[in-house]
Amino acid sequence: MKRWIEANSWTLGLAALLVALLLATKLIQPGFGASGLDSLARAALPFALATVGMAIVVLAGGIDLSIAAMMAVASVTGAVLMAGASDAQAVLVVIAVLALGLAMGAINGVLIVASRVPDIVVTLAMLFVWQGVALLILNAPGGGAAGWLRAMGAGGVPLPGLGWLPRGIVFLAIVTALIWLPIRRSKLGLRLYAIGSDPMAAFRSGVPVGQTRIAAYALCGLFAALGGLSVTMGTGIGEPIPGPYLLASVAAVVLGGVVLGGGRGGLIGPILAVFILRTVRMDLTLLSVDPNVAAIVEGTIMVAVVMFGAVLATRGRRT
Amino acid sequence: MPDAPDDVHDAVLDATGVAKRFGAVQALKSASLQVKAGQVVALMGANGAGKSTFVKILTGVLKPDAGHVKIKGRESTVASPAGARRWGLVPVYQEPSLIPDLSVADNLRLGDTPLQPFRHWVSELGLPDLDSDALIRSLPLASLRIVDLARALAIEPDVLLLDELTAALPTDLVDRVLKVVRAQADAGRSVIYVSHRFKEIAAICDRATVLRDGLTVADVAIEPGIEEKIVEMMLGGAVAAAVAEERPVKPVPAQTPRLRVRGLKTGTRLTDVSFDLHKGEVLGVVALEGQGQDELFDVLAGNRKASAGAVEVDGTSKTFSHPADAIAAGLTLVPGDRAHALLMSRSVRENIAIPLLARFRNWGAIPMREEAAKVGAAIETLQIDTRAQGEVRRLSGGNQQKVTIARWIAKGVQTLLLFDPTRGIDIRTKRQIYALVRTLADQGAAVLFYTSELAEIRLACDRAVVIFNGRVVDVIDAKDADESTLMRAAYGLTERAPA
Repeated sequence: MKRWIEANSWTLGLAALLVALLLATKLIQPGFGASGLDSLARAALPFALATVGMAIVVLAGGIDLSIAAMMAVASVTGAVLMAGASDAQAVLVVIAVLALGLAMGAINGVLIVASRVPDIVVTLAMLFVWQGVALLILNAPGGGAAGWLRAMGAGGVPLPGLGWLPRGIVFLAIVTALIWLPIRRSKLGLRLYAIGSDPMAAFRSGVPVGQTRIAAYALCGLFAALGGLSVTMGTGIGEPIPGPYLLASVAAVVLGGVVLGGGRGGLIGPILAVFILRTVRMDLTLLSVDPNVAAIVEGTIMVAVVMFGAVLATRGRRT
Repeated sequence: MPDAPDDVHDAVLDATGVAKRFGAVQALKSASLQVKAGQVVALMGANGAGKSTFVKILTGVLKPDAGHVKIKGRESTVASPAGARRWGLVPVYQEPSLIPDLSVADNLRLGDTPLQPFRHWVSELGLPDLDSDALIRSLPLASLRIVDLARALAIEPDVLLLDELTAALPTDLVDRVLKVVRAQADAGRSVIYVSHRFKEIAAICDRATVLRDGLTVADVAIEPGIEEKIVEMMLGGAVAAAVAEERPVKPVPAQTPRLRVRGLKTGTRLTDVSFDLHKGEVLGVVALEGQGQDELFDVLAGNRKASAGAVEVDGTSKTFSHPADAIAAGLTLVPGDRAHALLMSRSVRENIAIPLLARFRNWGAIPMREEAAKVGAAIETLQIDTRAQGEVRRLSGGNQQKVTIARWIAKGVQTLLLFDPTRGIDIRTKRQIYALVRTLADQGAAVLFYTSELAEIRLACDRAVVIFNGRVVDVIDAKDADESTLMRAAYGLTERAPA
C-alpha cells in the first residue's frame, strides 16, 4: 500500500489539486453544479483524448506534432460521411474514421522508423500534410453528425450511490479503459515503456523496437481520431482547422507526470492535468480576468507545478 | 598455430573468416571462433583488436561483410539479439540490457524469461534477497550484472556469451559467477567468455581464441604458463616497429609535484589510484578498456566527484565540483571523443578562441586583434590544415584533434590531461602530436597521457603508470616500456607495489 502511494504520488497530488480547484470554483461561483460540470467535461473531452494519444507516444520516447491535424482529418471525414446518413450507416462511418486514425498514425510511425529522420521533424512535416488533407476534404466547417453520437457527449449518467457524472467523463473513461487497459497489461504495453526508457537495452532484450514505435504512433492516431470525432460530437459539424490541441496536449502530458523522453508516467496523470488546466481557465474566466493575463497565469502554474515536482523528486532521492 | 581444434564439425558455434568494415576502417579482417559442447572458450585481444565488433556480429547486432557463422551445424541467420536467442545463443553484454524504468519482474516478462529458474539463479549467484518489484533504476550496477546473467541462465542457452561480465563486480560475487559459469560448461553447454583477466580465464576456460588487428591469430588450450604466450600473440611479431628517439632519462624532481593523486576512488571501476605528476613531465597511463581510466580522467577534469582520495595541485588540496574548477586549477582535459570538446559547426578560429574568451573578458566586446594573434600562433605551431576552417566538422579527425589541443596552447596550459588523443589518426599527425606534447612539457607543462596504443608510451612519455582493476599495479620508465612489458603489466601479470 505504502509502495503504491509512493509510486502514484504525483497522480494523487494532481487529483487533490483538481478537487481543490473544483471547490474553489464552487466558492467563486456558488451556482456551479451539474450543468457547469457538464460543460467543463464537454470542453475538455477533445483535449483529453488528444492528451491520451500524445501521452502514449511520449511514454514510448517520441512526440507527435501532427496530432491536431489528424484530429481535423478525422473530424471532417466523419462529418462529411455522416451528413444525411442513417444511424446505422453512421456506426460504420465511426468505425471507418477510427481505422483512418490508426492508419494515419501508422503512416507517421512507418515514416519515422523507415527514414530514421527524427520524430519531431517527420511529424512536423506530417502536420502540414494532414492539415492539407483536412482542407481538401472540407474547406470550411460543415457536414453533420448522427443524433446518437451527439447525445453521447452531453448530459449526465446517473450513478447509483455516487449521484451523477457528466457523459463526457464517462465516455472518456470507458474509451480509454477499453483501449489502454488491455494494452497496458499485455506485452505491447511493456514494450512501449521499454523503448521509451532505453531503446538500446530494449533491442538487446529482444523487443522489436521499430514495430513497437509504429504501434505507439498508430495508437496516437486512434486517439486523435476519437478526439476528432469528439469535436464533431460536440459541435455537430466537421472542423477542418484544428483547435489548439497540439500544445495543450504536450502541456498536459508534462504536467501529468510523463517524462518527455519516455519511459516514465501513466495516462491518469495527464487526463487529470487536462481537467486541471481547463478548470483553471474556467475559474479565471469566471473571475473575469483578462484572457491575456489568464494565459500568463496558466503558463506560470504549469512551470511552477513541474518545478515543484522536480524538487520533490530530488528530495525523495536524497533521503 | 599450435593445437588447433581437431574437428570443427562438432562445434556448437563455428564462426569462420568473419570480416567487417566501417568506412575506411577494417575492424575485422578474418575472425574465427569455435566452441564445442562443454567448453568455455575465452575470446581475447588487445584494445582495438575487434572483439566488440566480433561479439556484435555473433549476436546479430551487426551484419558481417564476409564469412560464416554456423550454429549447431546450420548457417546462422541471426539478425538481432532476439533472433540469437531463438538459435540458443544468449548474450550478456558489457552494458546492462535491462530497462531502467521497469521492475525486475517486468523486465523478465518483456523477454519471456521464466521466473522460477531466474529466482534460482539469482540466489545461486549471491543475491537471494533481490526484490523483483524493485525498479531496475534503483539497483546498483553489480546487482544489474547479476540480474542480467541470471536472466540469461534462466533461458537455458546452448551457448552463453559473456562480455566483460566481471568488470563491475566485487570479488565475492566474481567467485560465485565463475563457479556458476564453469558448472554450465560441465553440464554440457558452451560458453564464450570475453575478458581481459587472465586469473579468471585460467580458472574456468578450456581454450582461448586470440584476436589481433581483426584477425584470429591463435586458438590455444589453457595450461599453466600460457599467459606469456597469449600476450606475445596479442602483440604480434612486430613489437619494436616504431622507432623511439633516445631521450635522456629525467630524474624525478624532488620539488612539490604539479599534480598529486592519492588513493582516488569513484564508482565501482576506479578503486585506488595514486601518482605524482611533475612540471615538465609527460606521464603515460596504460590500462586495458574499462580499468578505471575513464573515471580517473573524469574526476581530474571535474566531470564527476571522487568518493575517496585526494587531489593536490602544487601542494594545495583541491576538490572539483565543476569542470570550471578544474580549469581554474590549471587542469585541462582533451577528451577522447572529439565531438564532446568541439563546436562542430563553428570555425577553427572560434573553437580555439573559446577558452581564451574566458580569460580575456567576461562581458563586453571581444578584443579581436589579441584573439587573432594568439589563435594564429596556435594554428601555426600545430600546422593545422586550414583549408576547411569554416566548419570544424569538415576537418579530418587528425586536424580536429589538433584543434582540441590547440585551444589550450593558445591559452597557455599548465596541466594537460590527454585521453587517447591519437585514436583513429594517421601516423603523420600522430608524430606531430607527440612532438607537440614534448614541446609543451619542455616549456614547463605537466601532461597526463592516456593511450590505448602501447607503443606511444616510449614515443611521448617519460614514465607510465599501469592501471589494472582500478588500481596502479606498476610504474615503468619510458626506456623500459617496450610493448610486451606494458602488456604484461596491463594484464596484471607482473603486479608489484608502485614506488
